[in-house]
Amino acid sequence: MKNIKKVLLLGSGGLKIGQAGEFDYSGTQAIKAIKEEGIRVVLINPNIATVQTDENLADTVYFLPLTLQFATQVIKKEKPDAILLGFGGQTALNLGLELEEKGILAKHKVRVLGTPISVIRDTEDRDMFIKRLQEIGVKTARSSATRSIAEARKAAEKIGYPVMLRAGFALGGLGSGIVRTEKELTKRLDEVFHSSPQVLIEEDLSGWKEVEYEIVRDRVDNCISVCNMENIDPMGVHTGESIVVAPSQTLSNEEYHRLREIAIKTIRHLGVVGECNIQYALQPKTGDYRVIEVNARLSRSSALASKATGYPLAFIAAKLSLGYTLPELKNSVTKTTTACFEPSLDYIVLKMPRWDLTKFENAITQIGTEMKSVGEVMAIGRSFEEVLQKAIRMLSIGADGFTANKNGNFRIPNYMSEIRVPTTRRFFAIAEALSRGVNVKKISSASDIDPWFLEKMRNIVEFAKKLPRSDLGRKDILSAKKLGFSDIQIATLTKSTEDKIRKERHALGILPVIKQIDTLAGEFPAKTNYLYVTYNGTETDVARGKNSVIVLGSGPYCIGSSVEFDWSCVQALNALSKNGYETIMINSNPETVSTDYDMSSRLYFEELSLERVLDIYEFEKPRGIVISTGGQIPNNLALPLHKRGVKILGTKPEDIDRAEDRHTFSKLLDQLVIDQPAWVELTTLKEAALAATRLEYPVLVRPSYVLSGSAMSVAYDEESLVRFLKKAVDISAEHPVVISKFIDNAREIEIDGVASRGKLVIYAITEHVENAGTHSGDATVVLPAQRTYMETIRRAKQITKSIAKELKITGPFNIQFLAKDNHLQVIECNVRSSRSFPFVSKVTGYNFIDIATRAMLGKDVSGEYKTLELDHIAVKSPQFSYSRIKGADPVSNVEMASTGEVACFGDSFAEALIKAMLASGFRLPKKNILISLSKEENRVKMLPAFRELAKMKFKLFATEDTANFMNENGVKCDRVFKISTKKEPGVLGLIEKGNLDLIINIPTRASDLESKDGYTIRRMAVDLNIPLITNRQLAESFIMAFAESQGNVPKLKSVRQYVDNI
Amino acid sequence: MKLILKDGTVFEGKSFGAPVGADGEVVFNTGMVGYVETLSDPSYAGQIIVLTYPLVGNYGVPDRKFFESAKIQAAGLVVAEYSENYSHSKALESLSDWLKSSGVPAITGADTRALTKKLREHGVMLGVLSESITKKTKFVDPNQENLVAKVSIKKPQTYGSGPTTIILVDCGAKENILRSLMRPGIKVVRVPWNYDFSNDKFDGVVISNGPGDPNMCVESISNIKRAMILNKPILGICLGTQLMALAGGGSTYKLKYGHRSQNQPCINSETKRCYITSQNHGYAVDAKSLPHDWDVWFTNANDGSVEGIKHKTKPWRAVQFHPEASPGPTDTAWIFERFIQDLIAKKI
Repeated sequence: MKNIKKVLLLGSGGLKIGQAGEFDYSGTQAIKAIKEEGIRVVLINPNIATVQTDENLADTVYFLPLTLQFATQVIKKEKPDAILLGFGGQTALNLGLELEEKGILAKHKVRVLGTPISVIRDTEDRDMFIKRLQEIGVKTARSSATRSIAEARKAAEKIGYPVMLRAGFALGGLGSGIVRTEKELTKRLDEVFHSSPQVLIEEDLSGWKEVEYEIVRDRVDNCISVCNMENIDPMGVHTGESIVVAPSQTLSNEEYHRLREIAIKTIRHLGVVGECNIQYALQPKTGDYRVIEVNARLSRSSALASKATGYPLAFIAAKLSLGYTLPELKNSVTKTTTACFEPSLDYIVLKMPRWDLTKFENAITQIGTEMKSVGEVMAIGRSFEEVLQKAIRMLSIGADGFTANKNGNFRIPNYMSEIRVPTTRRFFAIAEALSRGVNVKKISSASDIDPWFLEKMRNIVEFAKKLPRSDLGRKDILSAKKLGFSDIQIATLTKSTEDKIRKERHALGILPVIKQIDTLAGEFPAKTNYLYVTYNGTETDVARGKNSVIVLGSGPYCIGSSVEFDWSCVQALNALSKNGYETIMINSNPETVSTDYDMSSRLYFEELSLERVLDIYEFEKPRGIVISTGGQIPNNLALPLHKRGVKILGTKPEDIDRAEDRHTFSKLLDQLVIDQPAWVELTTLKEAALAATRLEYPVLVRPSYVLSGSAMSVAYDEESLVRFLKKAVDISAEHPVVISKFIDNAREIEIDGVASRGKLVIYAITEHVENAGTHSGDATVVLPAQRTYMETIRRAKQITKSIAKELKITGPFNIQFLAKDNHLQVIECNVRSSRSFPFVSKVTGYNFIDIATRAMLGKDVSGEYKTLELDHIAVKSPQFSYSRIKGADPVSNVEMASTGEVACFGDSFAEALIKAMLASGFRLPKKNILISLSKEENRVKMLPAFRELAKMKFKLFATEDTANFMNENGVKCDRVFKISTKKEPGVLGLIEKGNLDLIINIPTRASDLESKDGYTIRRMAVDLNIPLITNRQLAESFIMAFAESQGNVPKLKSVRQYVDNI
Repeated sequence: MKLILKDGTVFEGKSFGAPVGADGEVVFNTGMVGYVETLSDPSYAGQIIVLTYPLVGNYGVPDRKFFESAKIQAAGLVVAEYSENYSHSKALESLSDWLKSSGVPAITGADTRALTKKLREHGVMLGVLSESITKKTKFVDPNQENLVAKVSIKKPQTYGSGPTTIILVDCGAKENILRSLMRPGIKVVRVPWNYDFSNDKFDGVVISNGPGDPNMCVESISNIKRAMILNKPILGICLGTQLMALAGGGSTYKLKYGHRSQNQPCINSETKRCYITSQNHGYAVDAKSLPHDWDVWFTNANDGSVEGIKHKTKPWRAVQFHPEASPGPTDTAWIFERFIQDLIAKKI
């Protein structure tokens, strides 16, 4: 494409439900594809934990909010020739539409590459979309776009209940759902109209099959279907919540190709250039269909399709946006054949969502048309049974497979009701039903799941029933393996052990084979090594690698383990390959960059289980395994692998374990004379209560076995302790509970560092804005530390040095401290890379993982690293997804709840904080603020901040006590009554109709759930999309920063302008 | 049951078809759906089909009106995992039952990817499906006999009615070619492969697909030559393309392992547009052999082989792929439209 020298790429921001790590993959591929053409890339993305924001990718990176204001400023400054909107999810697409609407693109002569804006609009606006498809006789669900409650009611009546409600312009189906009555409809509409100007009322297609196609089209109208996928959960369950297979399994040739033909016809008619996704409902009996939607951009499904087929969709889409045609591009896997083809799979792929709803009190575990899952895994194999069981293990939720689970949590008592009304554990309910002899027909009619899938599931259950309980023969074991049973499952069924089964299996010569994914089902040789392991075959496609090192990936994204660990793995791969090693990646998560076709010499899309890692290790005979960059899943494998003779690079697994094991670590700290919060381990409720009294409330309660709900809580008195333990926990000698002293009003600081043979090499100290009690993953983190005394920093460094020395650390680690009155206590030490490694690396300009990897390889990494005094300040803010998790209390807690993070730079703390908050979706208040604080201490401490708000002429509202306090102290505010008083003016009415710009609601305690009023206020804020702050320190910091920055225009600097040593 | 290749390799599997042996040319097909259409495609006569997609039989077998011919034409079937259970509203029986009642053997449990790689590296090979290996296992090359004669209809048959008549030379024609031609105003006369239609009244000719080596169809080639003298529109499909090339003075050769799939990219030399096509052929037209009055119409974007030819001045065109699809993508159905338009235009 001529005349294009600089392109602006919009990223997707912080990870949230419905928009996760897949956009790091698509953005990264796009950057590579564009840079290859000699075109400069400017990237805006505040997600600091992404690979795409690395220094060696985009030419210029801005860690800035993806808002109209900032994007406009970047356009003015950078003067790009063109912009790409299709690689940053719905966020980038919406921002692009806004930039165009406001005339910014036209004014600055920025061309939109790829799919034209008018086409994006046709696909985003439901009315337009339906009209466009009608033009070519393509059927869409009967639907009506409405802009008011009255209109919506009328439309629903016309279509007839039940109807499907959908919010227009929403990512991941936010606010969608099936509505059965007019009353229900009115209630839902109230909510939805707050976040969306348009609501769709549609025909209910529950029970229809849900099928998707990924379509690629170039500017001269070549158009191909790269992959089709079938949802096992039919319509009514969001595709992000469904188990999905590729290719489709129950569609005949006629159906497959009819839908493909309609897809191509539709996409041509719309005029998409690049990649898009089309979703269908298919009536299983009549074959009738409806087009549900077209996403004219890269999506989660396209990332999945890309990994499922080996076809680099984002890379190709970027090339097509630049004006290439499909036949001009090569298939990157074979390197000889054309990109203008449709991959043929000779394996089956199954995707399973990963939920984390137990982290939230009150969260509803039913699944439906709204996405709630936070991550996903993808299993590859050559039988359905194999991929289903693999995928379940990949989820890392403690399940060993579809059946034969050691863990009793996967037995579902009310199985039929969870089959009928799907929950996050529906497939375990199916397993339960099948094992109790419920027939496939009954399950199918209750769930609308195609009998084909259920029959396959039944095969697994029946086999497990019939497997002999002792003296297994070759045939028994081989059949079990072909059906995807792990050695653990076989051991559970035969009362043996994993090691024994493995030994028997090896003695019988039953080993898996390794197969290549080559996009053409073997028709042409493949040049890249994208691999999976299966028992359904007799021949391995590849010879073992040479001089290789394995890196274990992070597995599925979930709360607490997200894109930042993928970043660390990618850095490790890069460092290893720079040092002359062949790299082998093992990971199961399709939303990652680490599983991209060009990131490693070999990619095993596989389980991160002991059994599978050993299989691969024994075949590849690598120099060693890196387990410290992928988070807790690989970290947990360190010792088991080591005990079986595997060479672990870096810190010795025994030493890692000394940090992991609470008892030994505690002893180690005592021995090093390092203070720690007092703790005890107990095995009965009575003992626990006594211990808590002894330690003095508040205490932190950490059970080792949780039945439901959150795994950790702060108890302020005996009543709350007993309530928590009774509700959620089984306490026994086998499952003890740990009670530790919770220190009120303490601050948290963290050290991320790298050591080599016990010697500290580099470290960065970060501090939290929120006091202890907010999980470190939910905290607002500042680097360099602003409020921590030099003396405290010195002390933290000393402690770090002595721990690193004692554990003989080689590689990355993270230590968390409590600081109160210049006194430090160590909370925990993780001898692995932590969530904040990308943050500290990018802010200090030193790649901590590169240094750590070289240390693990035995290289000399000593040097002068300047990390304490920086000329800039960076703030990392959590990204929450509360709007997705209906019922959850949006308040920070000792349990992590955020799904992602963003970080921004500034010349001052105030600037960085405000940018970071904006980047995580916060909006600055303009006029009306509601304040509701539940404790005198909070009110007193926040008084100076309130005065600042008053000075800035905000209209303040406050609930009864808070209002009285403020008025008494000379801060003018309007009083509103609590919900429970039922007096007017009430707080509910104010929230609903008051045009509030901000709600500050600080609960009494970190885990206060008893105040129903507070909960309702917070929940309404989220559901009505009103910015909300629930932490006092954050509220104070924000108000002060906001006051300080009044009248200042935020500075526009790229990361290189801040960090000059990169 | 075992699949024994001529080079001695043995692939073991479990029988799920008829309990009989079979011999044939072992070929692989990479389509992910369409086993019903594939098995009933007469071009597979004499061949043992290896399906690279591992899960087969999922949606059962529908009524025979959806087949590509009245019965299973392939000699045998090899799959990785036959699905004992099937589920589809149109299914009448299982794939296993269909194979059994058709007397066609099939095995499941083979490493079809290993087998495919072998065929890719070695080229198509003769093979035998058998319960046992004996020294006497004989490998018969089906291409040595006239397979077309076996699968073609025996006497002409007429479909539809109308002022425009198309002769469909049935060398093993798939039913969907007929379905694609049928429309108001069109009469299709389906004739045997060696039927001399030069004295019949017709407006255009379609030469169908079919099995085996095109050089075996000597009579078809001479009939085409006669039709060319009449200057009528001719459309060749698959084997029909090879026969037209031979009639026009070109030559054909055997591909190492053929094209049997639903994802073959073909570039139209006139428009540079690339189409995804369904294919099933072991022989191809040699581009260099084409006389100067013929052009290459379509080229395979992967290996550069000839996927279509056309005459420079006469209304004769032919495609190596299957515009009638079934199984496979329907992107090139326009070729039928265009042919019929040519035909009607020529008539006026």
